[in-house]
Amino acid sequence: MLLEVKDLQVAYGAISAVKGVSFGVDEGEIVTLIGANGAGKSTILKTISGIVRAKAGSVLFAGAEITQTAPHDVVKMGVCHVPEGRRIFANLTVRENLLMGAYTRSDGDAIKGNMERVFQRFPRLKERLSQPGGTLSGGEQQMLAMGRGLMASPKILLLDEPSMGLAPILVQQIFDIIQEINQSGTSILLVEQNANMALSVANRAYVLETGTISLSGPAAELRANAKVQEAYLGEAGALA
Amino acid sequence: MDLNAQIVYFLQQVINGIQLGSVYALIALGYTMVYGIVRLINFAHGDVFMVGAFAGFFAVSVLGLSFLPAIILAMIVSMVLGVTIERLAYRPLRRAPKIAALITAIGVSIFLEYFTSLNFVFGPNYRTFPRPFEVTSWNIGGVAISNILVIILGVSLFLVVALQLFVTRTKVGIAMRAVSFDHDAARLMGINVDTVISITFAIGSALAGAGGVLFAIAYPQVDPFMGIMPGLKAFVAAVLGGIGIIPGALLGSLIMGQAEVLTTGYVSSTLRDLVAFGILIIVLLVRPTGLLGKSGVEKV
Ligand SMILES: Nc1ncnc2c1ncn2[C@@H]1O[C@H](COP(=O)(O)OP(=O)(O)O)[C@@H](O)[C@H]1O
Ligand SMILES: [Mg+2]
Repeated sequence: MLLEVKDLQVAYGAISAVKGVSFGVDEGEIVTLIGANGAGKSTILKTISGIVRAKAGSVLFAGAEITQTAPHDVVKMGVCHVPEGRRIFANLTVRENLLMGAYTRSDGDAIKGNMERVFQRFPRLKERLSQPGGTLSGGEQQMLAMGRGLMASPKILLLDEPSMGLAPILVQQIFDIIQEINQSGTSILLVEQNANMALSVANRAYVLETGTISLSGPAAELRANAKVQEAYLGEAGALA
Repeated sequence: MDLNAQIVYFLQQVINGIQLGSVYALIALGYTMVYGIVRLINFAHGDVFMVGAFAGFFAVSVLGLSFLPAIILAMIVSMVLGVTIERLAYRPLRRAPKIAALITAIGVSIFLEYFTSLNFVFGPNYRTFPRPFEVTSWNIGGVAISNILVIILGVSLFLVVALQLFVTRTKVGIAMRAVSFDHDAARLMGINVDTVISITFAIGSALAGAGGVLFAIAYPQVDPFMGIMPGLKAFVAAVLGGIGIIPGALLGSLIMGQAEVLTTGYVSSTLRDLVAFGILIIVLLVRPTGLLGKSGVEKV
């Protein structure tokens, strides 16, 4: 396993948000974590990247324990977390945002090369290079957030609701790009409320319900599962 | 006074105001950078300025250094002090309520003032600052331009330009702006936020140290409480320009310098401080975000 989460428990003060969760991502995989609002998906990603601390359990990356590792060291190891809501630096230009994505790297040529690849994937960003990040549209900000993540050349990308708030045509585009990124060798842990799309691109999936995993298996199987269909895919299963 | 004499008098005041404003700017930058990055009004900042002035004093009077090495030494001493204060007093309170850090800042300020007043430290008395160069002055159409003014303007301008290049052209400088916008997002980029905060205190304190030496050269006296008034006024300047905004600190400082000097020149020197704090009250009432501050409307 490239990334392994074991018996993870996370609490915010007295509120326990994640109550003993185990799962993993193999090299080259897209794994998705789906679940309703408040299920604990973002908390899990934050604990992996180190900005929230686990109460119990562990996170292993490439076999190494990273449960207590500082966030900036986790990034250095090759784990890149693209947070919910994009968290673009609105006061920095698009170019500066991308440079911050490459903060842990010092090889100027590699950074340049990465930036070129980001532009190939997201040509819009190149047009907006010297504009402040805060002036981009929602879709452009999502592209910037993902491009910024790719600047670090991560081994695994943690994506938190990349489709949130985007028009359907953009959602399709973002998911196509997620697949492309994966095909070029980056493993992906994808958190989504858009279960339909997530299950269509993922290899495996876990369903999270109020801090525990209720179902797991190959994405195609979960997609066909009656319970999943009822709760997350059907018309009635509008995600609260 | 005839018209010509009035114009000369006015220009002289304006020039004096620029000199004072430049010193305020060096202090205000530290206030605003620290506020930008940790949302803390570092009330000990004026005392870092004071320690810088004393470091300059000892560098000149005891070590016999000339101006440039003296100001560099003062900047280093202030830098070490600022970083130490952050490390010991503010960092442990990073997750505590803001009021705890604010009260601590006031405590650090009082500590520095009274600790340095002890006889075995700086002592409580005023001391005359020995200028490390001969003061000369040129008469340009009746307006006196001293080499003190030239030096203060030159040093301030150099430091401000260097700071601007640092925050726009270097990786760490850009990271500083990123951290000031969003700590957690910066962490996710691999930025060590604590390190960047230390660097911010280092730069802000070094600028205050330079300001301390320049102030002591212009108004040649040092004492342990000398940081209070310039510190407060630089703070007003930072608020006036928009706290957290670097160009705002410059603008606010230049306005403060003019307001103070013109009040002294045309009204009365006893009203000088009243005007300074009057500006603070008016800004807080009319435009709390300052001249260059946005009114807090964020894009969703
Ligand atoms: N900073 C926080 N402080 C307190 N409770 C939080 C915080 N962040 C999240 N929670 C709570 O933890 C639970 C899980 O939240 P989250 O991980 O954001 O869920 P999801 O991403 O699946 O919507 C929710 O009940 C939420 O209210
Ligand atoms: Mg979430």
